[in-house]
Amino acid sequence: MSKSKLQPSEILDQIDELRQEVDEHFRDELVGEIYAQAHRVTQSTVKVLSKGPTWDQKLDWLLTHPIWGWPLMVLIFATVFWLTVTGANIPSAFLAGLLIEEGGLSSWGREYLNLDLPAGLSHSLYELLHMLFNGLHSPGWLTGLLLDGVYLCVAWVVSVMLPPMAIFFPLFTLLEDLGYLPRIAFNMDPMFKVTGAHGKQALTMAMGFGCNAAGVIACRIIDSPREKLIAIITNNFMICNGRFPTVIAIGAVLAATQAKGGFLGGSVAAFTVIAVVSLGVLLMFAVNYALSRTVLRGQSSTFTLELPPYRKPAILRIIYTSLIDRTLFVLARAVTVAAPAGVVIWLVANLSISGEPVGIYLVHLLNPLGWLMGLSGVILLAYIIAIPANEIVVPTIIMLIVLLSGTHGLELETGKMVETGTENLAKLLFAQGWTLQTCVCFLLFVLLHNPCGTTIWTIWKETHSLKWTALATLLPVAMGITICIIVANIWRLFS
Amino acid sequence: MSPKINTQPPIHSRNCSGCTACDPNTLTMQRLGIKLDGCDYVIALAGNPNTGKTTVFNTLTGLRQHTGNWPGKTVARAEGAFACQGKRYKLVDLPGTYSLLSASVDEEVARDFVLFGKPDCTVVVTDATALERNLNLTYQVMEITTKVVVCVNLIDEAKRKGIDVDIASLQKQLGAPVVATAARPNQGIDQLVQAVAGVVDGTLSCNPKLPPTPKKMQAIVERMLPMIKQMVPGLPSARWVAYRLIEGDHRIRQALLTGELAALYPISLPVTWAASAQEPKHV
Repeated sequence: MSKSKLQPSEILDQIDELRQEVDEHFRDELVGEIYAQAHRVTQSTVKVLSKGPTWDQKLDWLLTHPIWGWPLMVLIFATVFWLTVTGANIPSAFLAGLLIEEGGLSSWGREYLNLDLPAGLSHSLYELLHMLFNGLHSPGWLTGLLLDGVYLCVAWVVSVMLPPMAIFFPLFTLLEDLGYLPRIAFNMDPMFKVTGAHGKQALTMAMGFGCNAAGVIACRIIDSPREKLIAIITNNFMICNGRFPTVIAIGAVLAATQAKGGFLGGSVAAFTVIAVVSLGVLLMFAVNYALSRTVLRGQSSTFTLELPPYRKPAILRIIYTSLIDRTLFVLARAVTVAAPAGVVIWLVANLSISGEPVGIYLVHLLNPLGWLMGLSGVILLAYIIAIPANEIVVPTIIMLIVLLSGTHGLELETGKMVETGTENLAKLLFAQGWTLQTCVCFLLFVLLHNPCGTTIWTIWKETHSLKWTALATLLPVAMGITICIIVANIWRLFS
Repeated sequence: MSPKINTQPPIHSRNCSGCTACDPNTLTMQRLGIKLDGCDYVIALAGNPNTGKTTVFNTLTGLRQHTGNWPGKTVARAEGAFACQGKRYKLVDLPGTYSLLSASVDEEVARDFVLFGKPDCTVVVTDATALERNLNLTYQVMEITTKVVVCVNLIDEAKRKGIDVDIASLQKQLGAPVVATAARPNQGIDQLVQAVAGVVDGTLSCNPKLPPTPKKMQAIVERMLPMIKQMVPGLPSARWVAYRLIEGDHRIRQALLTGELAALYPISLPVTWAASAQEPKHV
């Protein structure tokens, strides 16, 4: 090497040659030396005088245990779902009586309070509004559009969605506030690594539990663009709170038809919810794996996750934020979508072409695909109407059934009045030819279909890519159709 | 050589600004919030997430940066100022990171500031209850700069958990000033400011005791050091730059190639600058 002044580029070329001689584990060794020295220094300077592990260390040992962590996680969530499903029954029936059912709250009073309520409560708001409109000599189409369309759809959304959300959100926020979510992320990290994704995806998934659009935005915490895309695409496999009430409602229907209510019924419903959520998580891992082996190939990057200390939950703040920020926010959005959807549904049921409502044509058109998927034309039509927001799928199905079959939801084909909200729904659906298989395929399709309009828009904003937005939108719906067809036809084969 | 620190607690309280009767070792500190102009020194705050780094920042500047219990993404750095004994200090709160090996954007922001921002002192805020893990970052900072103060924060929490940290011994073994603090109840902040003042004006010298270079690569690194020194004579961290070049760090290679680093570190002795580009004083 000459001693004369060399240019930086020449020196750097020499350095580049030198670095070829260093072996590839260089970085590990470098970090290893730092760790070793930090260990030596702390050994001689830090004395732990404590009497053994503190309660939070013991709790962490249990909650993040490689074996016990998993059943505990399932148990915790099962409890939350069980409380939600069983707890939602009574207020759900109350709201249905108050807002929709013939006879108002009288049947609810007999069922849950064991007493006859005063006659003033024996009319639902729906009936009172009908009386008012008739008294004002409102034209039939206007009454139909406003009451049987807009009002009924909004009222169904409120009575089906409000109670489970008002119970589930505070419970979930409680888990969040206690500091349990990062422990879940810790438990799941090995799975993400195996499937070629980033461990922080667990946190974005937890956000997706609330809202997929929020979950997609949360993917910003993942640094590697490849793993971020995987997390964005698979966020839809987490049941958002728009779809939660649907799953809970079907869980309650199964509880009412497969078990006779009570603790067992609640367990059936809670198990249904757990099964759907777990399947969503499994499929998410499967898609992670598939993506990281095909279009988004690569290794998982490492990261550090600090388990924050357990905190005493601030109960009042939890109730406030979960009821105001989440429940009312989601409900307001659902109602906003439900009102125009009510108009569409009423028009579909009442506009006629040569004597038959448009809805009947559409249902007949969709019936073959619906049958193939183990669903029905009505369900698929409800899905198409509900594309702007998943929240209103069940109310839309109820409305379509009610309007297309000529009853307004108070009486069924037997002419008998039904007792409670859930049983009402169960009888209504099973009277339409629903079976256990329909419920299963329906749940699968609830889990596996395109993200809602807001989420698709958010994915576009986060990725700025037509390709990835299209993949994130079409992949789940394609999976949903395929899986429903397979399940329905295997089921038919064996029954 | 171990650093000299006045470990005596100041007699006067922090807010006796302007009181001439004070003993010169006592602090007359003033929080300046976001009044950043005319600062004499730039101080960087580095540290792991959840060490109370932002609480230290808020205590010093009187600002109310949002503190969180969740490792979110603070890519932007917060800046504030304080004054002490006639000098104005600009404080830069770097994103909380576990290392500076630039695996992610926030680590790169923190690392680039310590190297290219050339702060007059970098305070590494550590968590007394998890010191071992926190020292990893401390060593990585000390590999880049010799002007370091180690702040062992959350010392009150450590006490509660029955953890005792021998500050004097730690200081000796690290070769850098160490100050124990509990930022929330405002303990030890005066000593921290004193240590920072000592490092920036050169009265407190640091001689970091860094982890050894791994044996297998010692020879190569030794051959690289003079080459790096030739490009950037004033670099306090030639060894660290050698590590990065071996790893193929593009940003560092580019900074050497374009002369960016050479312009930042022109002289071969440890020096102290006032931020206002005065004639550097040799120590």
